[in-house]
Amino acid sequence: MIILQTDQLSIAFGGVRAIDGVNLAIESGQVYSIIGPNGSGKTTLFNLVSGIYTPDDGSIRLAGEAVTGLAPDQLARRGLSRTFQNLQIFSRMSVLENVMVGRHRHERTGIFADLFHWPSVARQNQATVEAARAALARVDLADSASRPAGSLAYGALKRLEIARALASEPTLLLLDEPAAGCNPVETEEIDGVIRSIVKDGITVVLVEHDMRLVMNISSRIHVLASGRTLTEGTPEQVRSNVAVVQAYLGIHGSQESNRAFH
Amino acid sequence: MAELLQFVFSGLTVGAIYALVALGFTLIYKASDIINFAQGEFVMLGGMTTVFVTLAGVSLPLAALIAIIVTTAIGLALHRFAIEPARGASPVALIMITIGASIFLRGVAQIIFDRRFHSLPSLFGGDPIKFGGAAILPQSLVVLASAMVIVTLLWLFIDRTLLGKAVIATAANRLAARLIGVDTRRIVDFSFAVSAAIGAIAGVLITPIALTSYDVGTLLALKGFAAAMLGGIGSALGAVVGGLLIGLFEAFAAGYLSSNYKDAVAFLIILVVLVSIPQGLFGRAKIERV
Amino acid sequence: MRTLLETRLLPAIVVAVIVVILPYFFPSAYYFRVGALVFIFALAVVGLNLLMGFAGQVSLGHAGFLGIGAYSVVIGPVYFGLPSWLCVFVGATVSGAVAFLVGRPILRLKGHYLAVATLGFGLLVAIVLTNEAGWTGGPDGMSVPRLALFNWQVRGSDSWYWIAGATLVGGFVLALNLMESPTGRALQAIHDSEIAALVLGIDVARKKLTIFVISAMYASVAGSYLALFNGHVTPDIAGFLRSIELVAMVVLGGMGSIVGSLVGAAVLVVLPQALTIFHEYEQALLGFILMVFMIFLRRGIVPSVAATFAGRRK
Repeated sequence: MIILQTDQLSIAFGGVRAIDGVNLAIESGQVYSIIGPNGSGKTTLFNLVSGIYTPDDGSIRLAGEAVTGLAPDQLARRGLSRTFQNLQIFSRMSVLENVMVGRHRHERTGIFADLFHWPSVARQNQATVEAARAALARVDLADSASRPAGSLAYGALKRLEIARALASEPTLLLLDEPAAGCNPVETEEIDGVIRSIVKDGITVVLVEHDMRLVMNISSRIHVLASGRTLTEGTPEQVRSNVAVVQAYLGIHGSQESNRAFH
Repeated sequence: MAELLQFVFSGLTVGAIYALVALGFTLIYKASDIINFAQGEFVMLGGMTTVFVTLAGVSLPLAALIAIIVTTAIGLALHRFAIEPARGASPVALIMITIGASIFLRGVAQIIFDRRFHSLPSLFGGDPIKFGGAAILPQSLVVLASAMVIVTLLWLFIDRTLLGKAVIATAANRLAARLIGVDTRRIVDFSFAVSAAIGAIAGVLITPIALTSYDVGTLLALKGFAAAMLGGIGSALGAVVGGLLIGLFEAFAAGYLSSNYKDAVAFLIILVVLVSIPQGLFGRAKIERV
Repeated sequence: MRTLLETRLLPAIVVAVIVVILPYFFPSAYYFRVGALVFIFALAVVGLNLLMGFAGQVSLGHAGFLGIGAYSVVIGPVYFGLPSWLCVFVGATVSGAVAFLVGRPILRLKGHYLAVATLGFGLLVAIVLTNEAGWTGGPDGMSVPRLALFNWQVRGSDSWYWIAGATLVGGFVLALNLMESPTGRALQAIHDSEIAALVLGIDVARKKLTIFVISAMYASVAGSYLALFNGHVTPDIAGFLRSIELVAMVVLGGMGSIVGSLVGAAVLVVLPQALTIFHEYEQALLGFILMVFMIFLRRGIVPSVAATFAGRRK
């Protein structure tokens, strides 16, 4: 099944076409990576797909349903979740509470029930805590549950965002540079986490600069350059595509590119 | 027709004052992203200091000069002792600081000065000039002319001097300005000083027409702020146009509707502008980045 | 988490104990008066703190809701013959409805813009109260009919001390309940990152509106009490300075600290009472305190003290 499909998706900022006619067709149950040089529009594409920007042109379908122009919270309730390149942590809350917020779309909220703390709220809080703890355990943060989120190290915050997104039980998860700024050990952990997510049947769309991670884990790769699709294919196809190498490092950088891609 | 003209005159006169207050807001906002709610107190201090220095026997022009200098010093002190130490605070915290400063200055003014209304003699006498069936006070012409001179000078300064360019650079990108050697702290110092001076001048100019007291600052600040919002915060042209428009709206509302509700006009405008065109008439919309 | 849930209502219990014990230390009836004022203001501050401290949305016009609440207990009984206690609820309903209508457009605004829009709203309320003299008595205000509950004419500071204290405890309980609910977590999330809250499926606009309405109702009840307690009301109750005073109480006690709301209110109510000889310094002092706190103690009294203790324990 195609879980995410975009058709001629386009958006411009002040005359610059940040995303220009991009078509995606992502099969469910796989890791699909979007790569490209800085400024090629990867994060913009995520912002479009997750409803933060409204496209100027083109359409988006989520699990077959037309969702173009829906707000992020509406998309979230349809099973889309994401993380952010420059973290968006609830830093005043504890690690556990951060993940509890991720459960929001599964919680029944009624303002009177909440104000008067009806028994249903207490029961639900308990269920939310348990689900949140389970999500934390998946990213190996169970021990930090009661710490203030702001006190975690960078790599841990990256995993916290993943746990928070997982807690919402998405069908489609967009990860924006989960390994950026992580050391090799941490990257290895992220690799493991992503694999376990996919095993659970969640489709992962990955924007990432770490080519080893991308090449290892992806079923398919979509390459962007200047907001347009450069090529799309399996890791092997993309690796051998000369245009990709040139887009990344220019014609003269092929030696470095070899190192980056192999 | 004469009536309409009368409203236009009075609208433009108060509008010019609002424009000057809005310009003060704009200058500080440009340099530092801070909305200075004490801007109205600069106007109050300008007027009240002049009143009390003249009462002590000093001639009006000299008293006005003293008032402007004193207010400028207070503006500088506000930046140095209240804003600078709170660098990096959230916008709301900074707003609270300037509101605190505003109430503080007001409180101090009612202790040092008094709680009564005061006026100043007009420079060119109080006899109104007849024009097209409407009467205009000579002081209104002084207000309009002075406002025009201040706006022109400010524009020349920003456009033609190195310091002016540094202000623009700071407004555009503080970090980049610092990297090319602009002392951004001094630029903000400067913006507070000039805003305070402009406020004080406005205070001196308006007192012969509108009276002053220790608590006129709040309303002036809010109306000046409404003007800045209407014009598009950060746009000097917008501040001037916004100020004049709010003055006119107010005069028409007072004339044709009810003078009781003339103060409500500015706030209705604030609400309508904020909700419908938050970027104002001359401002640019921001793109949110994540 | 179990202990956390169990301690949820601890601050409310502490306040209840304080309310009950405090009178034993009161040397004169005058202290009941100050205590009642503290509790009434604290009620408004708890509401505002839910909005500012938890959801991170500033309101510089909250005295407008104090005003609506205050004038409800005048206009209702005087012009419509309604009992005062009912008018407290009517006022809260009207305040909630006004907050709903005003909040829908302006809560989309952020930072400075929201501050100024709420400020404008508060001033509009004050202007209307001043000018509709036919209903409100104009700038001189009106005297407020006394509260009567089941043939009990409520007068005297001690009665109000108990009414305000009990209501405050109730206000604490609701606020604390809310914070440990899905809505409360969503609000705190919005404070830190609206975009992340949205992406997790939180209807940010609706949640902000909900808390704005609730906090308006807190302020309204406090306004009604204030009017009934003082026996007289003027448009100053809705004025700019009152709004700022409320915000200052939130900030002083600590944004996001429910207990801080009581501390902030206590400081700013008791201080001027203690300094009545310096009455004319009140404004300068309020401004000075506000500046000093926002510069040096931005987190407020209660969180700063808590952090100090936490630091020592380590």
